[in-house]
Amino acid sequence: MLQIIQPAQLAFPEPVEASVIAPYLFVSAAMFVIGLVGFLTRKNMIIMFLCTELMFQAAGLALIAFGRHHLGADGQTFVIFVLCVAAAEAAMALALVVLLFRHRESLGASAWKELNG
Amino acid sequence: MMTSSLLNSMVSTVAAIAPDTAGNAAQPAAVGHGPSWVLLIPFLPFAGFLLNALYAAFGVKSKLPAWTTVGLLACSFIATLSMFMGYDGTPYTVQAFEWFSIHYGDKSFVANFSFYVDTLTIYWMLFVTGLATLIALYASEYMSHDVGQGYNRFFAAFALFVVSMSCLVMGDNLIMLYLGWEGVGLCSYLLIGYFYKKPSAVAAAKKAFIVNRIGDLGLALGVYLTFVHFGTVQYAELFASETLQSYMAAASHGDFGAIPGEAQWIALLLMIGAFGKSAQFPLYVWLPDAMEGPTPVSALIHAATMVTAGVYLIARMYPVFLVSENALPIVAWIGTITAFLAATIGMAQFDIKRIMAYSTVSQLGYMFAGLGFLTPTGGAYHVLTHAFFKALLFLCCGAVMHGFAGQLDLRKLSGLWKVKGWGIVSLGMLVGCINLAGVPFTAGYFSKDTILAEAFVTPGYAFLGWVLILTAGLTAYYTFRVFFRVFVGPVEYHPGDELHDHDHDHGHGEEHSHDAGQHGDHHADHFHPHAPGWAINTVLVVLTGCSILATGLYFVGADKDAHTKHYADTMVSASSASYHSHYGTHAFEYYEKDPEHYPQPGHGPRGSIDAPLAMPLTGGDPHKMMYYISGVVGVIGIALAWLLHYHGRTKASECKMDAIAKRFGPLPRWAENKWYVDELYHAIFVKPLRIISHVFHWVDKLLVDGIVNVFGFLPRVFAWIIRPSQSGVLQGYAVSMAGGLAILLFVVLIIVSRAGGAS
Repeated sequence: MLQIIQPAQLAFPEPVEASVIAPYLFVSAAMFVIGLVGFLTRKNMIIMFLCTELMFQAAGLALIAFGRHHLGADGQTFVIFVLCVAAAEAAMALALVVLLFRHRESLGASAWKELNG
Repeated sequence: MMTSSLLNSMVSTVAAIAPDTAGNAAQPAAVGHGPSWVLLIPFLPFAGFLLNALYAAFGVKSKLPAWTTVGLLACSFIATLSMFMGYDGTPYTVQAFEWFSIHYGDKSFVANFSFYVDTLTIYWMLFVTGLATLIALYASEYMSHDVGQGYNRFFAAFALFVVSMSCLVMGDNLIMLYLGWEGVGLCSYLLIGYFYKKPSAVAAAKKAFIVNRIGDLGLALGVYLTFVHFGTVQYAELFASETLQSYMAAASHGDFGAIPGEAQWIALLLMIGAFGKSAQFPLYVWLPDAMEGPTPVSALIHAATMVTAGVYLIARMYPVFLVSENALPIVAWIGTITAFLAATIGMAQFDIKRIMAYSTVSQLGYMFAGLGFLTPTGGAYHVLTHAFFKALLFLCCGAVMHGFAGQLDLRKLSGLWKVKGWGIVSLGMLVGCINLAGVPFTAGYFSKDTILAEAFVTPGYAFLGWVLILTAGLTAYYTFRVFFRVFVGPVEYHPGDELHDHDHDHGHGEEHSHDAGQHGDHHADHFHPHAPGWAINTVLVVLTGCSILATGLYFVGADKDAHTKHYADTMVSASSASYHSHYGTHAFEYYEKDPEHYPQPGHGPRGSIDAPLAMPLTGGDPHKMMYYISGVVGVIGIALAWLLHYHGRTKASECKMDAIAKRFGPLPRWAENKWYVDELYHAIFVKPLRIISHVFHWVDKLLVDGIVNVFGFLPRVFAWIIRPSQSGVLQGYAVSMAGGLAILLFVVLIIVSRAGGAS
């Protein structure tokens, strides 16, 4: 006898407990803090830019974790957008860094200190 | 009993003409609709205005604007003539387009761009368009020095003036009148300031405009109050309104207590407007200065037409003036004061154009006095005769000014009639002068007598009558002073200071621009006066004819049924400007039954045609006695002028009067300086206003600007305080950002944990 599988009987993943996603969030938090500290302590503009990328990915990881927790597609969708924007931004930011370097022959952020108020 | 029957008959008449005027705003006015070609009268000059503006835009350098204007004005005059011919005795309106039409509840405010035609309108429009045509023709030659310069501008403003004047006279409501009133004021301003490079012309234009503003405020308030009180600004509805009819019934037996003060104030406010526009005492000072404009403008606007707008306003709104206890007596007094004051100033002036200006003010005073003496007919008749002879006088002065390089000083011109080519001008001047002086059997004599006689017919005005008779003598004297000095006597002339303008005429160049005053004898050898051409001469001949023919109006057109005595009377009495038509035949019946309470707005019992009051001193009917009295007075004035300014005079600059004037002490000098009225106004109004304006200038600069500047200064202070936070160190910004985020998170954490603890 052929068994007909009804759509209602398909195995949908269940929402998971907060405790399941906790490790992902810890990793995300750790990446964010590493990125933040790196941004605050380093002077090289390329390194600072890499640190911002790290913070981006930390936020992305947290979004995916929460998406799994709530069982929604929003988190993953948003991360795709963030990746796209980050890629575009990377291209532009590196171009800016190259231009800034050409002006001052230095990659240090302090080379542009005169742009104060 | 008597009153109620009078009232009833009036109301029933009104009801017959105007069914349901109150309450039903959609109902058309109580008069019929006329032929729409009447609209051509204002719209043809408007087309002229637009064309002239186009010529100015394209820089036309020929006499094209003059011929356009003359042609279109002539067509407008022909349209007026056919309006006059086709008029069958019933007033009608012609609507150009709907303008204001506001309905709210059972009330409405309707003021359409439409024209009201009755005998008064026709009477006024005939001489407005007729004279405008003639004077435009005159100006085509007079302004020929300005071809290609201001010529287009001149005729554009000239045509616009005729449009405005048509709106003023023909408009079927007070809003139209106001539109025209401001329009003629604007054109007057533009044309006085025509020579805008001359500071005195600019000052005169501003003075005319500003003084008129005072009067216009009164007019505007009067129009508002008319609407507030009567609920309409349309003549036809206003004159037919039961409210006004009941007031007139009350006024007809002196019961002014029954008329609300608000209704009585309307006339007083309109009167102020009329005083401004028609240059009556306190507000007359602008008119003599207005002579800075080109002479055709002086003739048309400042003598013949615009300045009679005040007379028209009062004549048109006469029913409203009749229900005001004080308005007409004030008009009579102010008119007489103006007539006398201006005549005394005119006696001492030396600039012939200014003498004519003061005589205009003086004659306008006569017209106002006539309105005040309950003879709107006299006022309107004098307007007509004055329009002709004063336009003629001005145009003759203009011809002299044009021909003698701007010379207007009567001490520097003499014996012009003997100079070749000046015969027509001299003849025109003579005709104008005998009219103005009131020589018997001239038009000016009859129209002036109509006013003078009423001063003795209407009780309480005998004193004003004597003052006006004295003024008539002074008028004859100063008028013929000009004639005997300038046009007869030994030939002598000195050109004025506008010689360079005549370069193209006789090839006179710079060599003749020497100062005339330093050379004693006449300059016949060097200076050839520029005799008027055909355009000026034609206009002068036509106007001379009109001035003479205007006499005829006094002998024809009497209408026994309407109790009118001559043509002007018939025309005026058939309109709203009638003392008879409102009290009308009722009044005469009423008089027979109850002479003690004959209709008398603000005055005692009054004589009538059937039972006139006797002339003081001489006795007899004042209308008849005045022929002799004013004739004698006029002749005495002329004789004095002959004796003092002509007899034995061998030079232009000296005459017997010079010695006599010295005996009067400072009086002649004071009169020559216009009794220092301008200086007085300067001290009372202009100076204090200047001081106040300086005070407010500093208030503006310190207080108002100060407050504004404080608000501009505050952000800069704030920026100065927080500027150090922008250190330029990238990590600094990042730290503050991260720190802020941390603090925010901390706060959120506390709030969340509090909320969790509470639940």
